[in-house]
Amino acid sequence: MNMLIYLIPIALFLGGLGLLAFLWSLKSGQYEDLDGAAWRILEEDPPE
Amino acid sequence: MSCCAPGTEGSLGRSLPSSDELVLSSRAVGAGLRQTDLSVPQVHCGTCITTIERALKALPAVERARVNLSTKRVSVVWREKVGAELTDPVTLVRAIIDATGYDAHLFSNVEDTGGRLQREFIRAVAVSGFAAANIMLLSVSVWSGADAATRDLFHWISAMIAAPALIYGGRFFYQSAWQALRRGRTNMDVPIALAITLSYAVSLWETMHHGEHAWFDATVSLLFFLLIGRTLDHIMRDRARAAISGLARLSPRGAMVISTDGSREYRAIEEIAPGDRIAIAVGERVPVDGIVESGASDMDVSIVNGESAPRPIKAGDTVQAGTLSLTGMLVLKATAAARDSFLSEIIALMEAAEGGRARYRRIADRAAQYYSPAVHLLALAAFLFWGFIGGDWKQAILIAIAVLIITCPCALGLAVPVVQVVAAGRLFKNGIMVKDGSAMERLAEIDSVLFDKTGTLTLGRPKLVDAGKAAPHHLALAASLAAHSRHPLSRALYDIASGPMPVFDEVVELPGKGLEARTVNGIYRLGNRRFACETASFDPSADSTLEVVLSHNGEELACFRFEDELRPDARAVVDDLSAQGLASGILSGDRTSAVRSLASRLGVDHWRGELTPKDKAEFCRSLTEKGHKVLMVGDGINDAPALAAAHVSIAPATAADIGRQTADFVFMHESLDAVPLAIDISRRAGRLIRQNFALAIGYNMIAVPIALAGYATPLIAAIAMSTSSIIVVANALRLNRLGNAQKTASAGAEINPAHPGEARLA
Repeated sequence: MNMLIYLIPIALFLGGLGLLAFLWSLKSGQYEDLDGAAWRILEEDPPE
Repeated sequence: MSCCAPGTEGSLGRSLPSSDELVLSSRAVGAGLRQTDLSVPQVHCGTCITTIERALKALPAVERARVNLSTKRVSVVWREKVGAELTDPVTLVRAIIDATGYDAHLFSNVEDTGGRLQREFIRAVAVSGFAAANIMLLSVSVWSGADAATRDLFHWISAMIAAPALIYGGRFFYQSAWQALRRGRTNMDVPIALAITLSYAVSLWETMHHGEHAWFDATVSLLFFLLIGRTLDHIMRDRARAAISGLARLSPRGAMVISTDGSREYRAIEEIAPGDRIAIAVGERVPVDGIVESGASDMDVSIVNGESAPRPIKAGDTVQAGTLSLTGMLVLKATAAARDSFLSEIIALMEAAEGGRARYRRIADRAAQYYSPAVHLLALAAFLFWGFIGGDWKQAILIAIAVLIITCPCALGLAVPVVQVVAAGRLFKNGIMVKDGSAMERLAEIDSVLFDKTGTLTLGRPKLVDAGKAAPHHLALAASLAAHSRHPLSRALYDIASGPMPVFDEVVELPGKGLEARTVNGIYRLGNRRFACETASFDPSADSTLEVVLSHNGEELACFRFEDELRPDARAVVDDLSAQGLASGILSGDRTSAVRSLASRLGVDHWRGELTPKDKAEFCRSLTEKGHKVLMVGDGINDAPALAAAHVSIAPATAADIGRQTADFVFMHESLDAVPLAIDISRRAGRLIRQNFALAIGYNMIAVPIALAGYATPLIAAIAMSTSSIIVVANALRLNRLGNAQKTASAGAEINPAHPGEARLA
C-alpha cells in the first residue's frame, strides 16, 4: 500500500511526459512532412 | 510572343504566374521578408527536394526554402530587396522550373482552418488515449482484487484523470449533440454525450459512497475510440481539400488596368470596376466580362461553354470571364465587376441547383435516427422495470446506465469512418480525391452517368487525324510555321513533326486567320482555308473536324484535319459502365455535329449538344425527378451547375476552379478509368459499412440482455466494447486486401480487350 503512494505518481508522471512529448512534436511540425523526412535523412549536410 | 530563340519552344506552353500576381499573393513575414507558397505537383523523391532547395537557396534573394513532400508544396521566404534592387519573384518560379522541369503553380495562401481543427482532434485523441490507458491499468488492478481502501483510492485517481479528458476530448460531441438537439433533431452524438456524462456521474457517485463498481474506464475508452473515428473522418476530408486547392488556379488574381492617362497598373480582381480598360496579353485569361475595344485574337472558350474549337474575336465582340486569349493582344472594356461576371451567374445557378447533397442524409445519421430513440427507450424501460419489480431504485439506475454504456454506439461510431478512410486511401493511391464520406455513400447509389464532352471525355486538345496523308516536307513546313504560335492547332502540328525543319526568318501571326511567312520563294501561309487560299470560296461547313490549310502563294499545299483527342480508355470506360448496368449519356455545350460524332465513336446512345449551363442542370434535375440517381462527370465552368444538381459528381483535375470545388470527387490522372474505379470502391465500401452495422447490432443483441439482466460489470463492458471495436476495424481493413486482389486480377484480364479498343480510337 505504501509504495503505491510513490509508484502511482511516478507512473502518471512518466505517462504524462510521453503525452507532453507527443503534443510538443505535433506542435513543432514534425508530422507535417512524413514523406520528406524519410528522404532527408539520407542527405548529407553541406559542410558549414 | 512569337519569338523563336532555340530552346524557348518547350517553355512556351507553360504559363508562369506574373510577377505582380506573385507579389499580390505573397505574405509579409516581417523585416522586409515575404513568403510565397508554390505548389509543385510533380515533386516525388529526395532528389527533387535537394534540387529545388539548392536551386532556390542559390538565389541571393532567398532567405529560406523548404519543400514539403507530403503536400507537394514549396514555401519560400524571400527578401523584398537585395541591395537597392527590388526582387522579382518570378525568378523563384523560374529557378524551380529550370532546375527540375516541373511546373510550379501559385498556391492560395489562405490560413486554413481545417488544419487547425485536425491538430485539435489529434491532441484530443492523445489526451483521451493517455487517460484511457492509465485508467484501464488502475481498473485492471481493481478487477484482479484490490482491497476496499486501495479500490477507493484507485477510483478517486481514475475520476481525477477522467474529468479533464472528458471535458477536453468530449467537447466535440457535446457541441455537436447540442446543435442537433437545438434544431429538434437527434444524431449519433446525442447517445454518446449522454452515455459518457451519465456513466461519469454515476461512477463519481459510486466512488463517493465507496461502491464496488466504477465505469471510468468505460467512459474514457469510449471517448478514445470515438475520437479516433472522428479524427480519421476529418483527416480524409482535409487531405482531399489540400490536394485540390494545391492545383493550378484558372481564374486570374488580378489584371493590368490601363488608366485614362495611359499608365498601367496591376490591380487585384476585386478592384476592377465596370468601365475600366484592361490589357490582356497572349496566354492570359480574361478576368471579368467585357467588350473588346481593340485588338483581335482567337479565344479558347472550352472551359466556359464546352466548345472545342477556338473562337476568333475582334473589336466590338463580347468576351466572358474565364476565356483564354491564344493568339493576340486585346484591350477590353470591363462591363461587369468580377462578382457580377459570367461566373457569378453560374454560382447563382448552382445555389438553385444544390440537389442531392442537401437532401442526402448520411448513413450514420439515418442509423442514429432509429438507434438513439430505441436505446433511450430501452434504458428507460429497464429503469422502470427494475424500479417497480425489483423495488431497488438505485439498482435500477445502475442497470439503466449499464444499458446506455453497453449500447453506446462505439462500434457504430467507428463502423462508418474507418471504412471510408480506408476506401479514400485506396482512391487516393489511384489519384482520386474524395471530398467527404457522404460522397462515397451517394456514389454507391447511382444508376446513370452523364459525361461532359470537351475536357472530360476528350482531353480538350486537338490531334491530327490523318498524319500519314500529308507529304513529310509539307508537314515539316507547316510545323516550322506552327512553332510560332500558341494556337492549339499549331501546337498540335508542331508536336507531331520530327526531323529537320525549314527555318523562316519572318513569321507574322494574324489573329483569327493564321500565320504568314514571306520568303524569297513566295508567301507561305498556314491557317484557315479562307486566309490560306484567298481565292477559294469559303464554305462554313458544319463538319465536326477542324482543319488547317498550308498554302504557297495562295495555292493549297496540304490540308491538316484535327479532332479533339479522346481521353485514354474513354471507350473502355463507357463499355465498363454499361456492363455494370449503368446508363451513360453525354451533355455538351459544343456543336451538335461534334457531339454526335463523338457519341457514335464511343457507342453512347443518349446525347445532347448545344446546351447552356442551365439546360445541363435542368437535365440532371429532370432525371432526378424521374427517380434516377445521376453521376455527373464534367470539368468546365458551364458544367458546374450540373455538377451541383447531380446526386454526386466527379471532375478531372484539369477542370475549372469552380468545377473542382463543386465536384465530390476529383481525379488526377489522365485516364477516365477513375470513374468506374471510384464507383467500384464506393460500392464495396457501402457493403462493408452495412456489414459493420450488422456486426455492431449483433454485438448489441448479445450484450444488451446481459446488461438488462443486471450482470454487466465494468469488466464485461470493457471487454465487450473493445472487442466489438476491434472487429469492426479489422473488417474495414479487408477493403485494402480485397481491392488489391481484385485489381491485379482485373488488370490481367483487361490488358487484351483494352488494346483493340485503343486501336479503333486511334
